[in-house]
Amino acid sequence: MDFLNAIILLGNYIIVPGLTYGSQLALGAIGVTLIYGVLRFANFAYGDLMAFGTMIVILSTGYLQSLGITFGFLPTALLALPMGIIATVILSLFFDKTVFKYYRDMKSEPVILIVVSIGVMFILNAIVRIVIGPGDVIFMDGARFIMKASEFKKMTGLNEGIALKSTQLITVITTIITCSILFYFLNKTKTGKSMRAYSDNEDLALLSGIDPTKIVIYTWVIVSILATIAGTLYGLDKSFKPFAYWNNLLPIFAATIVGGIGNPLGAFYGGFVIAFTEIGLTYAYKKFLVYLLPEQLEPSSLVQYISTDYKFAISFAILIVVLIYRPNGIFKGKVI
Amino acid sequence: MALLLIMVGFVQSWGVALAILNLCLISAVMSMGVNIQWGYSGLINFGVMGFLAIGGLATIVVSVPPVNEAWAAGGFGVILSGLILFVLIASIFYVHRKFQSKYKNYLLFLLVISVIPMMKLAAGPSISAIESIDAATSGFLGGFDMPIILSWFVGAIFAALVAFIIGKVCLDLRSDYLAIATLLISGIIVSYVKHEEWLTRGVKNVTGLKRPVPFEVDLQNSDWFVNFIGFLFKGRLSKASDLDEKIILLNELVMTSSSIFVKLCFSVIFLIVLITILVFSEKALRSPWGRMMRAIRDNEDAAKAMGKNVVKRHLHIFMIGSAIIGFSGAMLVTYDGLFTPASYQPLRYTFIIWVMVLLGGTGNNYGAILGAFVVWFIWIESAPFALFVINALMSEVDNTNQLKIHLIDSIPYFRYLMMGLGLLVVMRYRPKGLLPEKIINN
Repeated sequence: MDFLNAIILLGNYIIVPGLTYGSQLALGAIGVTLIYGVLRFANFAYGDLMAFGTMIVILSTGYLQSLGITFGFLPTALLALPMGIIATVILSLFFDKTVFKYYRDMKSEPVILIVVSIGVMFILNAIVRIVIGPGDVIFMDGARFIMKASEFKKMTGLNEGIALKSTQLITVITTIITCSILFYFLNKTKTGKSMRAYSDNEDLALLSGIDPTKIVIYTWVIVSILATIAGTLYGLDKSFKPFAYWNNLLPIFAATIVGGIGNPLGAFYGGFVIAFTEIGLTYAYKKFLVYLLPEQLEPSSLVQYISTDYKFAISFAILIVVLIYRPNGIFKGKVI
Repeated sequence: MALLLIMVGFVQSWGVALAILNLCLISAVMSMGVNIQWGYSGLINFGVMGFLAIGGLATIVVSVPPVNEAWAAGGFGVILSGLILFVLIASIFYVHRKFQSKYKNYLLFLLVISVIPMMKLAAGPSISAIESIDAATSGFLGGFDMPIILSWFVGAIFAALVAFIIGKVCLDLRSDYLAIATLLISGIIVSYVKHEEWLTRGVKNVTGLKRPVPFEVDLQNSDWFVNFIGFLFKGRLSKASDLDEKIILLNELVMTSSSIFVKLCFSVIFLIVLITILVFSEKALRSPWGRMMRAIRDNEDAAKAMGKNVVKRHLHIFMIGSAIIGFSGAMLVTYDGLFTPASYQPLRYTFIIWVMVLLGGTGNNYGAILGAFVVWFIWIESAPFALFVINALMSEVDNTNQLKIHLIDSIPYFRYLMMGLGLLVVMRYRPKGLLPEKIINN
């Protein structure tokens, strides 16, 4: 019985949150890795692109709600997603045309593009804060829980329960759907294949008659879709705060590099690697050990490896370890 | 630039103008630090915020009077854990450099992993003892009660030491990885400063720091200053009709001019610092050392082939630049008179400094200084400017209009917009900055 309790405890505090957080990071990391692979730079404006998409989703959610349209027990934000996606796609293409295209044609160094993306980051930051303000926005509606901890306890008669928030389930399911479509697109369709070819070897791709402008447009469209979805899911699960989106950029970058730059599948796994290590190392195992160990061995401290305040340290440590021992990432990205 | 500041002096007030000037001077020191790393040798350091926080930390460690009860309660434990930390880091470096065994990597991994639990075991009890003493007003160790100017140098040394450790780990990385890694590190440093309350009081802030210049209140009570003001404004005072009026006027003048006097003192000190650093870095740029740095920046492989130790040079310049940034971080905290760990945000303390360097001119010290002045001026004055523009454009619109109220509420964020636009325009049309690097033929 104690053993079961301990497992359930881990499930509630590590596995469920880890899967949710990991899905959010994975979606974000795939976007970053696609930009890295096709456009060849680290896009520091990505966090704010996510915030922008989420902002549009929030605004349209408010509009839909004012019309009296809701999505039953699902959050209305899912209905508003297309609006956010369209706006983000337009915005991305606008910035590509006005800003990034010039440097791509000049064949500038990646460092210059990083600097330029910081300029874009400032502008997006300002837009989001001017339109919706820097504060917290909670736009979740519909059913809050799929299963409450107390219901689970009643059902099984155990001491510990698993609480499953509806946002967590939505996050995981949406991620699975989005990623399946994306990987089908990248691996099976002609456009997806030409994108991968372009990312693999630009000159060879050009020789085989692949149109680079089209590839770039497709990339921005996919990236914007992913950014909006990832941002909305994160906002539904926690709450919308522009600065939190900026902070998320760092674990997303770590996930991208850990998975191997330019490798979408690697980025997907990288997101989960980062999420599970972060949650696993910051969780206090005291209660878990109390269940498992005999009474005289029970720990007096929290048995927490590192406090949650230092979660950046974990991304950083993973990043450094991977870069030192497997510079191309765990899943063999390429060195651009 | 001087004209603009004088204009602010006339339009707003001299206090505001001097405050802008002082922060411009501090920012100029910061941007010179970044310029040394990025402009001289092409190292991308997005950890500016972290080094500034380290400099700020130094002011506390050096200048705050010690809390004796806290030292008695946990001083020994903290010192002991500091020693253990030092031994651990030294042994990590030793194993990494000298140890020869097939288990080397595992041993290294074990050592690195063991740092945090060891520190917790060694320092945990004394830290909670320190934090529990008088938690509302102190609850930290305090410092060494030394003059605060000293802390600027200590801040530089701290920053250089941290840069040494970071550089040893990260400097082999590619440029974009280095950017991300340093950004992460600065996040770690700031969360350290924010959460280690025994050292910095964390989000409870440390206020009432010492100053290298007199306090306003002391000035107002000192005879020589009152006499000096009386002498300075003789003309205006003699116009007053009777004695009472004269005294009231004099009091007012002393009040306003004491704060201006203090700011002026700060400006003089900051100016001395800025000019000293400028002279040294210009000298360095023109020396064989500077030539070598530029050679490494422009063609690393060729420099390697000429027998230059690129990794070591990079480490040195990373340390020097970070030391200057740490120095300016201490200056900033001294000028503010309080240490607020929660205020360190990457946008404000990392990327704005970068905008300064890029806008002013990479590789050119004068450019970095110009950039600092221009950017800081825009940063401060864009809010009044945005207010002016909104009012001018929407003068027809009623003041209760929702859109107008919303726009006026979000005025502080227009500065980000200005920064972004400025950076993009400069990168597009003057990619080398306003004052490009001069090619020195020597």
